Amino acid sequence: MAEATPLKTPLHDWHQAHGGRMIDFAGWSMPVQYTSIVKEHQAVRNQVGLFDISHMGRLSFEGAGALDWINNVCTNDASKLTANQIQYSLMANDLGGLIDDVLVYRGGKTYDLVCNASNREAVIKQFEEHAAGVKAKLTDRTLATAMIAVQGPSATATLQPLYDQPLDAIKYYHFGNGKLLGDVPATVSRTGYTGEVGYELIIPAEQAVRVWEALLKSGEGFGILPCGLGARDTLRFEAGMPLYGHELSDTISPFAAGLGWAVKLEKGDFVGSDALRQQEESPGSTRVGLKLEGKRIARQGSTVSKDGRFVGTVTSGAFSPTLNASLAMALIDPEAAAEGTSVVIDVRGKEEPATVVPLPFYKRPKAAPAAPQV
Amino acid sequence: MDPSTLRFAPTHEWVALDGTTATVGLSKFAVDQLTDLLTIELPNVGDRVTAAKSLGEVESVKSVNDVYAPLSGEVIEVNDALADNVQLLSEEPYGKGWLVKIKVDDPAELDKLMDHAAYETKIAEEH
Repeated sequence: MAEATPLKTPLHDWHQAHGGRMIDFAGWSMPVQYTSIVKEHQAVRNQVGLFDISHMGRLSFEGAGALDWINNVCTNDASKLTANQIQYSLMANDLGGLIDDVLVYRGGKTYDLVCNASNREAVIKQFEEHAAGVKAKLTDRTLATAMIAVQGPSATATLQPLYDQPLDAIKYYHFGNGKLLGDVPATVSRTGYTGEVGYELIIPAEQAVRVWEALLKSGEGFGILPCGLGARDTLRFEAGMPLYGHELSDTISPFAAGLGWAVKLEKGDFVGSDALRQQEESPGSTRVGLKLEGKRIARQGSTVSKDGRFVGTVTSGAFSPTLNASLAMALIDPEAAAEGTSVVIDVRGKEEPATVVPLPFYKRPKAAPAAPQV
Repeated sequence: MDPSTLRFAPTHEWVALDGTTATVGLSKFAVDQLTDLLTIELPNVGDRVTAAKSLGEVESVKSVNDVYAPLSGEVIEVNDALADNVQLLSEEPYGKGWLVKIKVDDPAELDKLMDHAAYETKIAEEH
């Protein structure tokens, strides 16, 4: 990104001191892994993992016009949100190209928005360009706050002893406000990017290290691991979740990406709505899962063909630790998208056979129902 | 193989030269950096390789990386065991995880490579 010197999260020095391999990501210096991507991935699937996601953009909206502003700039219908509820939404430009995918949090009368680190400036710019006459104020709280994700089957047991509100009262895609460690004001949401039960915490930046270390200590008995962006990517990938720059971009239709449900054309006119109406009628391609026969990875940009004819392009490819297979997501012609269709993927000049499989690749096993009382 | 007796390329391959036969592998440092190895693609016996040019690729969960020939020559043996079990490379980078043997064109090319101490200094400076 533009910054010559990457931004640092409040946990940056902790990462460096604990073996984090730092890379530049979206203008931030972030840990890609501490030990092994596969080990960190499996900790989240089987126990619990901790992620520094402070690089994500955090914007606050105050004022009577906040809802209308958000509803004009985002594609989902934020007026449907009740207090303490969260909504997945998209932001489109006038041509229906996507600027970002975001989460909208509704407080009492205020709103917050979490966006991708790589798009924070573009998101703010889009709001500013559509601010004429709007009676609301946008504040970028990214640098004043930290954001930590606690994800995995033992996430609740790890977090609860540190938090003064009952976590089981927070439903999926809802949040609450309480105190961590007795005195740290925290927004705790039941959200995540892993496909597991988990929480995302927003706290003051200066408390980040204290909370992070307390979480690691609390999760010690469960086998908690700090996890980097590498595992974050393989986890979201297995869960079939899109990533901006891969499954989403300014040239990929949300209807092709399988995210049409987050575009509420019936709510009235909003930025991009005319173009999105046309896209809905002819999305062109569709997002599918592919399972390769071999172990080589079909990374982004690999071309997919069927019977010698080009049918699409890989958006993300990864090795799935849970399924022990090389998998890919791709945007392909609807005629080649049926489950079981055989295709070939050009992986750096060599053809690799693959089959269309359902998304998501991985679904969290539902907890077994309690044994009936006899 | 005792790493202190080996020569190293700046691209992290090691060489053990015996007459005109060079055994080639990847340094422990390189393997540790890669982590989570998935596959390795190696040349075939009889292929020509050229110093500082790619002779194959090693793929990890994170990325695909070229492996470079430290010396020019002809491939006379390939470690086929790696095709079935690439973890040999992480477990024994200086032993069972060797990659190929090359009949080298010019044994004097070895002088261009670093000794172990120089290699250790280089990676300490860069990382």
